[in-house]
Amino acid sequence: MTVAVPPAMVAVPLAHAGHGAGGPTWLPLFPVALLAGGYLLAAVSDPRGWDHRRTAAWLVGCALLAVAVGPLAQAPGDPRGHMAQHLLLGMLAPLGLVLGAPVTLLLHVAPAPVRRLVGRLLRARPLHLLAHPVTAALLTTGGLALVLLTPLYAAAERQPVLHHAVHLHYLAAGYLFAWSLAGPDPAPRRPGLAVRVGALLVAAAGHAVLSKYLYAQAETLPPGLTDRDPEAFRSAAQLMYYGGDVAELLLAVALFATWYHRPHPRSSALIKKFASAKDGSLTETS
Amino acid sequence: MADHPLPSSRVADVRSSTLVGVLIGIAIMAAVDEIVFHQLLAWHHFYDRSTPSVALLSDGLLHAAEVIALVGGFFWFADLRRRGALSSRLAWGGFLLGAGGFQLFDGLVDHKVLRLHQIRYGVHLVPYDVVWNVAGAVLLLAGVAVLWSARSRRLGGGPR
Repeated sequence: MTVAVPPAMVAVPLAHAGHGAGGPTWLPLFPVALLAGGYLLAAVSDPRGWDHRRTAAWLVGCALLAVAVGPLAQAPGDPRGHMAQHLLLGMLAPLGLVLGAPVTLLLHVAPAPVRRLVGRLLRARPLHLLAHPVTAALLTTGGLALVLLTPLYAAAERQPVLHHAVHLHYLAAGYLFAWSLAGPDPAPRRPGLAVRVGALLVAAAGHAVLSKYLYAQAETLPPGLTDRDPEAFRSAAQLMYYGGDVAELLLAVALFATWYHRPHPRSSALIKKFASAKDGSLTETS
Repeated sequence: MADHPLPSSRVADVRSSTLVGVLIGIAIMAAVDEIVFHQLLAWHHFYDRSTPSVALLSDGLLHAAEVIALVGGFFWFADLRRRGALSSRLAWGGFLLGAGGFQLFDGLVDHKVLRLHQIRYGVHLVPYDVVWNVAGAVLLLAGVAVLWSARSRRLGGGPR
């Protein structure tokens, strides 16, 4: 992934040879800059005017992505750096990107044929299945378990292509999960609050259990590594546990905020009607 | 409903007001337990060698549920307030009931019956257990008392 190999890593060339043979260090920053620039262009040209808070959320997401693929990719062998990268790529950056509502923005500025295509895509059955909170939770937490509990982690350490693929999966699955729970973008057939809260609960609990399990088994997990520092893996597991908490907290806030801002709270309208009727009767009697 | 004497011009939702208090009370007490006893005092450990995998699983679920209950509880609270359907007396009563109930449950079931973990390790446990459970019981009873008085107020301030 990077060419910058710290001197300490040269001593163990076997495990990290793959990193040294990677492309230019700052290459992954270009797609991030493209994402930020494209969004800004679209937001400026939106005829209806675009909410600045959405732009800010998107830019925060892009900044977190940039930190993950830029500076944090400089220390390839450190499990703590890896874990921070995974937290940013898979949990924190996706939430910022989702809150930026890029699909809504696209629907605002794109020409009619593109809008029709997006509309058709959003109504496609396979997408509803894929974007179901339970599927998304399985993909994100299950995917993480698959990487960390199998030799996939060790393999990704050696092969840059696999490494990038795993990172892309983290980002895509994290985006899908955040969107399925709390995205402001249109999501036809999104299940109700109970299902979404349940999916968040299961995913967060799975994440907490996985990180404690990794902490407990730091001598042997992730399997297949030739050189390992259990202490570093233990602190990476703690970072995963507490970082996961922060991500869960933010996701829960986003999720319940969509409920709080739901379009027409029926009971609220009823109460208002009732209250005004009662006020009327009060003025009559007194 | 019109011939019921109501304490204020608002229509308080009795059930929701109590339940939202209970939910926030449980979540706050669980969070206090986690933050104060696990992290600040470090009386409990991050992970015990002896912790069985079932406890690991239940711990993870409880931990995740606590965050969701806290956030969800406050949004529910805000929603009730916005609709003018909140009775703050009932919510306070529910809060004390939930907090005390959780502490007592943690003290009796988790610590003593299931023996998931203890309050502190390497010390004589009895005083800790007594303080823990008595504090829980006091909170619980205070909650019951507040709810009781709020309810009898609502029912027309009659015999009491």
